[in-house]
Amino acid sequence: MKGSRYAVCLATSALALMLPATPAGADETAEGIARYREALADGNPAELWEMQGEELWRTARGPKNGTLEKCDLGQGPGVVKGAFVGLPRYFADTGRVQDLESRLLTCMETLQGIPADEVAKTPFGKGEQKNIEALVAWISAESRGMKFNVPMQHPEERRMYEIGKRVFNYRSGPHDFGCVTCHGEDGKRIRLQDLPNLTKSADAARGFGAWPAYRVSSGELWSMQRRLNDCFRQQRFPYPLYGSEVTVALSTYLGVTANGAGESTAPAIKR
Amino acid sequence: MAAGPMRIRAASNGTETEVKILMSHDMETGQRKDASGNLIPAHHITEITATHNGRVVLAGQFGPAVAKNPYLQFKFKGGAKGDKVSVSWVDNKGEKRTDEVVVS
Repeated sequence: MKGSRYAVCLATSALALMLPATPAGADETAEGIARYREALADGNPAELWEMQGEELWRTARGPKNGTLEKCDLGQGPGVVKGAFVGLPRYFADTGRVQDLESRLLTCMETLQGIPADEVAKTPFGKGEQKNIEALVAWISAESRGMKFNVPMQHPEERRMYEIGKRVFNYRSGPHDFGCVTCHGEDGKRIRLQDLPNLTKSADAARGFGAWPAYRVSSGELWSMQRRLNDCFRQQRFPYPLYGSEVTVALSTYLGVTANGAGESTAPAIKR
Repeated sequence: MAAGPMRIRAASNGTETEVKILMSHDMETGQRKDASGNLIPAHHITEITATHNGRVVLAGQFGPAVAKNPYLQFKFKGGAKGDKVSVSWVDNKGEKRTDEVVVS
């Protein structure tokens, strides 16, 4: 009799202890994950791509045997620092809005004679696409810690922003999915991955400003184009063409939303 | 990029030197299969040595369980600004790589 009452008493006190412990435990887990990510970032293998990219920028290649050192990424020919946080933008020489990768294709074609459409058709992680990975890693690293300042002055830039906004909110496909399904609310996640609410400045800077990134699970460096390509795959949409208008429009929308908020951390490290 | 350069950082605080090494290596386990179902042969670092002005301060053996593009961090007593820290690895195919850095 006495023994069983003691047991009940113990059980209730254990319950009482457990109840408030749950939210605190969740915080602890989030903190633990944050600490783990910090430790990972210290030895981010993206640095290996950065080193390669810097060398590639200065290496004479292609049929024209030219370097990329005169490539205009929007801040003037050859200016790399701060270029990443100001893209996509309108370029007068091509007459269209370009993101970092479509701009690199232009530079590779005009300065090195490497045909842009050939590179665009190359699968990710192969041939010239590998070189693009290294280049975007280095170019984005040169803007690390800077705030996004994606321009919206030119009518084409405003048009791309509007298209991007529509694409972001456009639900379709067999799952009736849109970007907004996963990235339109706070506190959503896929398994353990927190999803940024890309309609908000701070989150857009955190999300958009993290790619290109090194993916630990596959040991690859993913560019923004590859990231977007995979977002389309996850929604069961057809793959967008490399550097196509829809991908640039989405980047414009995300970049403009991120303007003035957090700092660019690219190339970051992801699971 | 099996044998790209290593990224080495070495910083001294007067009494200790902290070394951070990022190696560029595929680290194939020998357990994975390619798209056509054939086993991808093992290809991984087996030995790593770090020296400070020619004296060995760390010697390690790596196996297939170490991740791709391995990162290694360690401290040793001594070392001053301007000293040289050299790191070399050998893999199971006999490929080698050595990189050197000046302590900051």
